[in-house]
Amino acid sequence: MPIDSFRWLPGAIAAYYRGLPLQKVEPIPWAPLAKPIEECRFALVTTAGLYMKDRDPSFDLDGERRNPFWGDPTYRVIPRDATQEQIGVAHLHINAADLLADMNVALPLNRFLELEAAGKIGSLAASHYSFMGFQMDNSAWQKRYAPEVAARMREEGVDAALLTPV
Amino acid sequence: MLARVIEAAGISTVIVTPMPYFAEALGVSRAVGVGFPFGHPLGHAGDRDEQMKVIGDALRVLREAAGPGTVEHLAYEWPDFERWKTEWQPAEPSPIVALLRERLRAQAEARRSNKP
Repeated sequence: MPIDSFRWLPGAIAAYYRGLPLQKVEPIPWAPLAKPIEECRFALVTTAGLYMKDRDPSFDLDGERRNPFWGDPTYRVIPRDATQEQIGVAHLHINAADLLADMNVALPLNRFLELEAAGKIGSLAASHYSFMGFQMDNSAWQKRYAPEVAARMREEGVDAALLTPV
Repeated sequence: MLARVIEAAGISTVIVTPMPYFAEALGVSRAVGVGFPFGHPLGHAGDRDEQMKVIGDALRVLREAAGPGTVEHLAYEWPDFERWKTEWQPAEPSPIVALLRERLRAQAEARRSNKP
């Protein structure tokens, strides 16, 4: 039974998204896994608006309130040893309660540390990344922020990335 | 499209998405679709087993995908749909939703006042 991608959305909003003109851009990039999973270093990326409260600014939600068509395109780095208490959530489009209770629903650091300890993956990278997913224009992601994240992943020897959009 | 940039840099990616429709329409390297409400790509808060199962499927697709455009729909259930259809939403409507609703309301009002 295929998933209905729109079933959680209220009618008018679902209709808006279904009506968006979409273009498949070919070719789709393809980096075959170069090693077994058990030898891979993993990085995690989410769009849940997570940030380290004690060291980083929140995402710019006031900017979005002033211009409802704009979303903060920047990202925050989340270290592999981040604890739940250190994590803040800044996202105007989702209920943050479960993310604040358990960040693993979107950024599974603890799950991947467990996989690392069990030898099921090679290692968990030092740095992980949260974006904020409301972007009507993703050109800043494409031209600046995603390339920055990719370059940092390469510097850290990352082999594979799990992406968890919300 | 974050995944595209990362994949193009030589890092293999797999996406866990609540909207596989967009993964299929736009074209992704590898993805698994989950029938979970927004904000919960890996499952329920505190449900370690569910999270590990979804991650396990994502890693399996990462390992086994034959080529780009691989999108697998996972079969996990999310109980209590009627509650969660609103529970995932923020307490305040987002600015864009508030704006679009206001525009729709204004259009409906204009149509009503144009009726003879």
